Amino acid sequence: MSAPLLAVENLTKRFGSGRTETTAVADVSFELASGGSLGIVGESGSGKTTTARMIIGLEKPSGGRILFRGEDRTQPARTAKALRERGRNVQIVFQDPYTSLDRRQRIGDCLAEVLGVHFKLSRDETKRRVRGLGELVGLDERQLNSLPKALSGGQRQRVAIARALAAEPEILILDEAVSALDVSIQAQILNLLSDIRDERGVSYLFISHDLAVIRQVCDDTIVMRHGAVVEQGATAAVLDDPHHAYTRLLRDSVPRDGWDPASLARS
Amino acid sequence: MTALLNVNGLTVKLPVMGELRTVLRDVDLELEAGKTLGLVGESGSGKSMTVRTIARLLPDGADVKGHVRFDGAEVFDLRGEALRRYRAGDVSMVFQDARAHTNPVRRMGDFLTEALCTNDRMPRRAAEAKAIQLLADVGISDPERRLRQYPHELSGGLLQRVMIAASVAVRPRLILADEPTTALDVTTQAEVMSILARMQAEYGMAVLFITHDLELAGAVCDDTIVLYAGQVVERQRSTQLHRDPLHPYTAALVQARPEIGHRARRLPAIPGHPTTAYEAPGGCAFAPRCRFAQDACRRAVPSLLQIGEQGSTRCIRMPDLHGRLLATTGAGDEASDHQRADAAEEATR
Repeated sequence: MSAPLLAVENLTKRFGSGRTETTAVADVSFELASGGSLGIVGESGSGKTTTARMIIGLEKPSGGRILFRGEDRTQPARTAKALRERGRNVQIVFQDPYTSLDRRQRIGDCLAEVLGVHFKLSRDETKRRVRGLGELVGLDERQLNSLPKALSGGQRQRVAIARALAAEPEILILDEAVSALDVSIQAQILNLLSDIRDERGVSYLFISHDLAVIRQVCDDTIVMRHGAVVEQGATAAVLDDPHHAYTRLLRDSVPRDGWDPASLARS
Repeated sequence: MTALLNVNGLTVKLPVMGELRTVLRDVDLELEAGKTLGLVGESGSGKSMTVRTIARLLPDGADVKGHVRFDGAEVFDLRGEALRRYRAGDVSMVFQDARAHTNPVRRMGDFLTEALCTNDRMPRRAAEAKAIQLLADVGISDPERRLRQYPHELSGGLLQRVMIAASVAVRPRLILADEPTTALDVTTQAEVMSILARMQAEYGMAVLFITHDLELAGAVCDDTIVLYAGQVVERQRSTQLHRDPLHPYTAALVQARPEIGHRARRLPAIPGHPTTAYEAPGGCAFAPRCRFAQDACRRAVPSLLQIGEQGSTRCIRMPDLHGRLLATTGAGDEASDHQRADAAEEATR
């Protein structure tokens, strides 16, 4: 078997020092296969987002290794070229599409800027690609010419996805990317993500607290708590037959028929 | 019959950039003492505005028609002392973002005792003792220490429990809970919901529970109202909501939500995006996104139809469609093709 697209080995992140030192991520290891889809579930403070930030290079790990196609990327890139190359390989979509877009930049320009950073393209080619990206995520010409304020939350999240895909990444990290959306819009975006995966073969690292969404999107899942992995495996196995008490608690906490929050709170 | 809260024909318009925009249209609801009524809808549906209207927290210049009666008294007629007593003693609110609704430079003790000292004219010492009791009631350990802490020293779940403790402190008869658990983790949500339910049973309070989460409403509310574009589109027993929805919108929401125990080949998404009352087209507001829509749906705004004993719906096709809304997921559109493929796949396994 060839090397996985992304391998994380004993990744650790500590913040602060001395008495205030806290471990946000402790000894986390997992692999993401090419074209695969890996979910990270956990509650706030479990270290999901810190793990993602280390993978895209926004945080420097305190220990462990990050390997992309077998190449060590634990340390910050040395040159601008290497940094750009890393940025091209791994892209991220954040939770809040209201703060993650530049409110003074037109959507089309926003996509063109990313294309300009990563590829040498003629003006016509750039325009063609921007339109193509718009088509991929369901944004028309009028929306590409508008500012973020003219778009709804769902449309903005499409922009964020298109912007991430503009770099033609091999890995797309989605950090609670559908959590803030209305249910009807969430379903549209989840379908869109599955289309894009079929069409482009991009791998997903999907971070969410929502088990149902994880079930829909991810082949494999890891469950994190207090910075450590408590359970990992195929999504269906983890959710249908959880072995760890915490995974069971997470699953049972989801409201449904005959839900008894009092019995959960006691356990 | 006298319900504790009675909202009748409520229509609200708010001034936006020099014009009045409709946010609620002809909303009716009633809530009996001690009961929980769910208010479910997506963004712009008017859930929060309904609650704000009931609490008399609308901005200046709002145009309000209809009635809100609390225990038989017209809420819009309350003035001065009577209004103050209504807001301070009869009704209290729990907000989604507890952090934004607590004063960051005041200790939790001040926050909890303020209402007791000013409204119940309780001496400071007694109020503090009561606050400690309240914190213990909502399952907070070491309450004496918590009273001296500031909001930033408490986690979101803990702060929300303090909010609940503060809102029940004056023994209100109605709690308006506006997405109280949306910002919390699922396990914390379960804790907070169980505390709210226990407090409600202990004090016999009614709760108007706003949420975007149909499953949560189904699990914790007696009855649930579904709002769309500022209108009530469905009302029925919460437990029936997913099994036998009475409006195509509710059915579509149920189907669009992924399931924890099953991966759909494709989710039956609802096309388009939620509309507000202001943008809503003539006729049925949901018609442009509805797969059951016919010409008649677009002609006139449907009125609420009673469906036997079960509940009511604002869908003129309901007598015909009742019981069949969840049977299929869209005829001839892309989603249904995938759905069929899904079924086929299952069958061959």
